[in-house]
Amino acid sequence: MSAILPPSERLWIKHPIDRVEGAWIVIALLWCLIMFAMMVGWHIWGNQNLSTETYRTTPEQFSEKTQAMVDKYTVRTETDEQIPVVAPPPGSDVYLLARLWAFWPILELEKGKTYRLHLTAMDYNHGFSLQPANINIQMVPGFEHVVTVTPNQSGTYSIVCNEFCGIGHHQMVGRLYVK
Amino acid sequence: MSTTTYRTCPRSGLQFEHQAEWLMKANAFVGVVWLLIGGILAIGVVLTRWPAFHWLEADTFYMVLTAHGIDMLIFWIIFFEVAILYFCASTLLRCRIATPKIAWLAFALMLIGSVVNNVAVFRGGSSVMMTSYVPMMAEPNFYLGLILFAVGALIACFVFFGTLVVAKNEKTYQGSVPLVTFGAITAAIIAVFTISSGAIILIPTWLMSIGLVKEVDPLVYRTVWWAFGHSSQQINVAAHISVWYLVAAIAFGAKPMSERVSRTAFLLYILFLQLASAHHLLADPGLSTGWKVVNTSYFMYFAVLASMLHGLTIPGAMEVAQRQKGFTKGLFEWLRKAPWGNPTFSGVFISIIGFGFLGGISGVMMGTEQLNMIIHNTIYVPGHFHATVVVGTTLTFMALTYYLIPVLFKREMIAPTLAKWQPYVFGFSMYAFALVMMGAGTLGVSRRHWDMAFQGAALAYEWPGAAYLMMGLVGITGLAAIAGGAMYLYITVGSLLWGRKLDTGSVSPKFTPVPRAAPSVAAQSYGSMGFAAPGTFVLAMVFLVAFVLYYFINWKYLSTLWGLS
Repeated sequence: MSAILPPSERLWIKHPIDRVEGAWIVIALLWCLIMFAMMVGWHIWGNQNLSTETYRTTPEQFSEKTQAMVDKYTVRTETDEQIPVVAPPPGSDVYLLARLWAFWPILELEKGKTYRLHLTAMDYNHGFSLQPANINIQMVPGFEHVVTVTPNQSGTYSIVCNEFCGIGHHQMVGRLYVK
Repeated sequence: MSTTTYRTCPRSGLQFEHQAEWLMKANAFVGVVWLLIGGILAIGVVLTRWPAFHWLEADTFYMVLTAHGIDMLIFWIIFFEVAILYFCASTLLRCRIATPKIAWLAFALMLIGSVVNNVAVFRGGSSVMMTSYVPMMAEPNFYLGLILFAVGALIACFVFFGTLVVAKNEKTYQGSVPLVTFGAITAAIIAVFTISSGAIILIPTWLMSIGLVKEVDPLVYRTVWWAFGHSSQQINVAAHISVWYLVAAIAFGAKPMSERVSRTAFLLYILFLQLASAHHLLADPGLSTGWKVVNTSYFMYFAVLASMLHGLTIPGAMEVAQRQKGFTKGLFEWLRKAPWGNPTFSGVFISIIGFGFLGGISGVMMGTEQLNMIIHNTIYVPGHFHATVVVGTTLTFMALTYYLIPVLFKREMIAPTLAKWQPYVFGFSMYAFALVMMGAGTLGVSRRHWDMAFQGAALAYEWPGAAYLMMGLVGITGLAAIAGGAMYLYITVGSLLWGRKLDTGSVSPKFTPVPRAAPSVAAQSYGSMGFAAPGTFVLAMVFLVAFVLYYFINWKYLSTLWGLS
């Protein structure tokens, strides 16, 4: 019953290691190193890395920039609430705001083109969950997160809020088109 | 000071000091009451997320989910852990507990805090989930309750440390503390760090809720909160792994394969596990790639390494002990001839396997910066932590309870046949529950979400049929797990109420010092291929293959996504 008794050797650090453990330590350590290399290597060779470009922002500043984009590039409106569908030119700065309980506006992007997507939450934390692609990014109030995105498939996407944000949380869904 | 008495349990040979015994009973009992409350709440959560039932109203659902998370993850587990800490100090070292009055004060604070918090939640104005991210605010008493609870738990940790000092001063043992106590010490050290982080962020948030502080930065909140929220799960890991070693010793007389390896692995937890809390922020803005990678890769993998070591050494120790008893045929006779009808053993073994294969592997996926993007805030996350915290911690504590009912509570267990089945029903349904949640999460389904049909939303998204199927299975397996939990509660509470009273054993005013373990014989003389535990090694290789395959499948999936940089 020695796990519940003081060890017989006064210095436990000198207790011998048998071969099973020794072999496993080496294997497990190697695997940990491979995983470490994957995480770093993907930044160099992989195409899916979350940008960390971030600015402090306020709801006023961010709405202003979003409104400017909407005024300039709106192509039509959708739903009873007349949500603008915005088609900014490839390579441009695109703004998406999350508030209780909607994403605004609807974006229309082109397949294979790159955009600088600015995300922020206006009030509480929200979650940017792009479906069915399944890309999930946290939206934190006060922070403008600039993510460079390159859509690789055309279609109609939904943006589901997946951070709990109060009683209307489950109705918070936005849309995004890729042509 | 020596007015206390020591009782030697005739069934186990363990020695319980009078005050410590009552403290353990009280803490463990209140823990089980919280498990009961959390379990009842689980019915509401499961039946609402099962699309075919969609039972509770939205506001009730969010309230119930908030309470379920807090009652299970914090109150049930930490009350039980305090009992374990006292057991590992006072009982294993056979000494009196330090400052019993202060220990009762700690208990009272925890009890009051947990009740105050739950009252605030059930008043309906604090449905902010366990994480309570600012600027979403709960009632002031929500935070106050948590703070009181945390102060109580912190005091309990110091009573534990004090008890170690008592044992040392009164020379109740010689040499180093036992491995199980060593593990409990790591749990308590992590607890001090964890609870301090909680205080650092919850006190200003409480002051904000009563209007004394103007603002708590949302990102600072998330960062510090997770130093509390994730690290508290590391207390669980250190505690339940200590219990695994304990049960290996009790059920098999197993001794650690190598004290050096096991203790070093515990030390790695202290050094690195808390840094792993950074993985909750991998999808956040404002934190640099370097910070994310250093914390979750470089440091977290040392903690992963430690878990992989424990995952080998505990079954390995069991195997060596079984082989010494003569179960040496082939690779797995030791396992086939294990006491599968003893719920203390079967619970722990089911826990070890599930914690490693389901909880461990999925945890590493979530903790990988890029892979986290396909998992963050999906129902994969609760899938993961039901595998770690429920299969890992809760099932282990259940298994330990079956041992403690006769030993600590001095009652004969009622319904032994039911108890024999309970770990299988609860453990395997929890395996399935965690797996189907991970499946739904892989399809993108959100966690903490009342209505996957988005009724009333102008731009509703339609989840694929497979997602609905998975969520239906979440409902079925969830109910099965709740039934397994109910079996446990019936057996435990029933034994305390109606179980036959057992012999107390001899009571003495003095402790008997703890003997030293017998010198270790070279374990290498058993087993085959020069390996002391070849069967365990094969199991470990199966684990590694599953881990490697699943890891690269996820990278493959990630590589098909939009370009992101």
